[in-house]
Amino acid sequence: MSAADLPVAQPVRWALRPELRLLRSELLLIFGRRRNWAGLAVLAAVPILLATVVRLSGGPAAGEGPNFLSSVVDNGYYVPLAALAISLPLFLPLAVAAISGDAIAGEANVGTLRYLLAVPVHRTRLLIVKYLAVMIFAVAAVGLIAVVGLVLGVALFGIGPVTLLGGEQIGVGEGLLRLVAICGYTAAGLAAIGAIGLFISTLTEQPIGAAITVLVVTMASFILDSIDQLSWLHAYLPTHWWLAFGDLLRQPIYLENVERGLLSAGAYIVIFWTAAWARFSNRDVTS
Amino acid sequence: MDLAVESSGLTKRFGRQVAVDSIDLAVPRGAVYGFLGPNGSGKTTTIRMLLGLIRPTAGRHALLGSAMPAGSGRVLPKVGTLIEGPGFHPYLSGRDNLRRLDAADRTADPATSRARIDAALARVGLTAAAGKRYRAYSLGMRQRLALAAALLMPRELLILDEPTNGLDPQGTREVRALITAVAEAGTTVLLSTHLLSEVEQICTDVGVMHQGRLVAQSSLAALRASVAPRARVETAQPEVAGRVLHELGMSEVSVTGQTASGRLAGVAPEKAVAALVEAGVPVRGFTVVEPDLEELFVSLTGEGFDVSG
Repeated sequence: MSAADLPVAQPVRWALRPELRLLRSELLLIFGRRRNWAGLAVLAAVPILLATVVRLSGGPAAGEGPNFLSSVVDNGYYVPLAALAISLPLFLPLAVAAISGDAIAGEANVGTLRYLLAVPVHRTRLLIVKYLAVMIFAVAAVGLIAVVGLVLGVALFGIGPVTLLGGEQIGVGEGLLRLVAICGYTAAGLAAIGAIGLFISTLTEQPIGAAITVLVVTMASFILDSIDQLSWLHAYLPTHWWLAFGDLLRQPIYLENVERGLLSAGAYIVIFWTAAWARFSNRDVTS
Repeated sequence: MDLAVESSGLTKRFGRQVAVDSIDLAVPRGAVYGFLGPNGSGKTTTIRMLLGLIRPTAGRHALLGSAMPAGSGRVLPKVGTLIEGPGFHPYLSGRDNLRRLDAADRTADPATSRARIDAALARVGLTAAAGKRYRAYSLGMRQRLALAAALLMPRELLILDEPTNGLDPQGTREVRALITAVAEAGTTVLLSTHLLSEVEQICTDVGVMHQGRLVAQSSLAALRASVAPRARVETAQPEVAGRVLHELGMSEVSVTGQTASGRLAGVAPEKAVAALVEAGVPVRGFTVVEPDLEELFVSLTGEGFDVSG
């Protein structure tokens, strides 16, 4: 085939299809990478390990151990909840930090950023697609833990009417809907970390450094959140509202903290995505 | 003149250091333009500015008649690039890396993607290694993959930064033949290089960079014409021959061993031969030596070029 047989470049109009094509390519890049498979395997191992250990040992005495763990023996429904609660302080932020820190810095590091920009991919477009992919990864990571936990929980312990935190019971169907809501809320909190990660990723050409920085920020937020003397600051910390997902297991659902949590996540996303854009859209790309 | 690349006063300062100092590029459409200069002379910074990767400190430029960077969305799909060496995802195969770049191009038709990728891989001789992970590629294969990426779409302009870097002599010949073929099909090529031999072999035009400045720019033919060829006489009586050449009006006459030479500067070679014979000089050999570009460039830049390639 010679160049003459090939279609000539058309003038640029905005269309959805090319954007989906780039997003798909981005997701293939994330989910096709062995390193990320290993990370997802670690996430999936949490509910597996938890359910297996509880099954073999008969479970901790009531009132001991992490949240929900004591209820696992009675109802497989609590396996995903317990696994999410265990993963939230470290594994999930770590996974999102690795992916978001890699977003721009990873491309700069291997020298693909200059070629993407010369294709051309408009810088704003690249940041949008990169961030969408980070969000999708956050949803996938949380969803993976929930699905693996639920399947294994049902298999090992069965599933029945769900006892809520106040002692009320709801049916399995409503329980599953609430689990979906909890996953969505958790993913929103992680997406805020992802936005911070995207911004940090525009500052450096070292993806590992960016990921570590994001994790340090997350850990610092947890630590500051645990210092009572800084209570005035707590509401502004990105991780402060994360554990409010428990409020979705009350009857009636207590929404005040969840709403503030979503507002906080939204604010972090807007601020840090904008900061990433401000930094990246004018930066000299010398990588 | 219709210019594929045009800049005026293009300048880039990094802090106090001036990397590119007010250059006025003029690359005619259809040319193979050798952007020649020693390492560190500002070629790559210029190329990054042309493509909108680096913001110029001053000046403006246009590609294919559209002002940059405003026109980049429209123009860059018609521009194939190789910027400061290949850059690909190491854990993806060569083919998957091209797929990724094709997916990023909103002007690329997904329906023809496979055919275009196959054609580009075939053109650079990478078909057999297309499924291998990029990290397993040799430097030469990486360079070829970068060229394949530059040829993914029909291009009106190729901007290639040191395209034969890291290639063995056979690969170098193939790449030069490829560039010549692309140029013959009507694509303008801007080729940055530090190899004078590369310019002499495949370029029609040349711009010479030195310490951030464009010290010379013209067609190669005009440049050659600006320096008159030399006449060289082999004889047992070089002193006499030298005097004859001098009397004919040649400049820079020199006599060494068994030869005498002088710059022709308008003197017809046959007239010189006749004059030598008439003066009784026993001429064993008479050659017209084409001007040495390297000599010219050294005089322009005060530095030598690596001419080994």
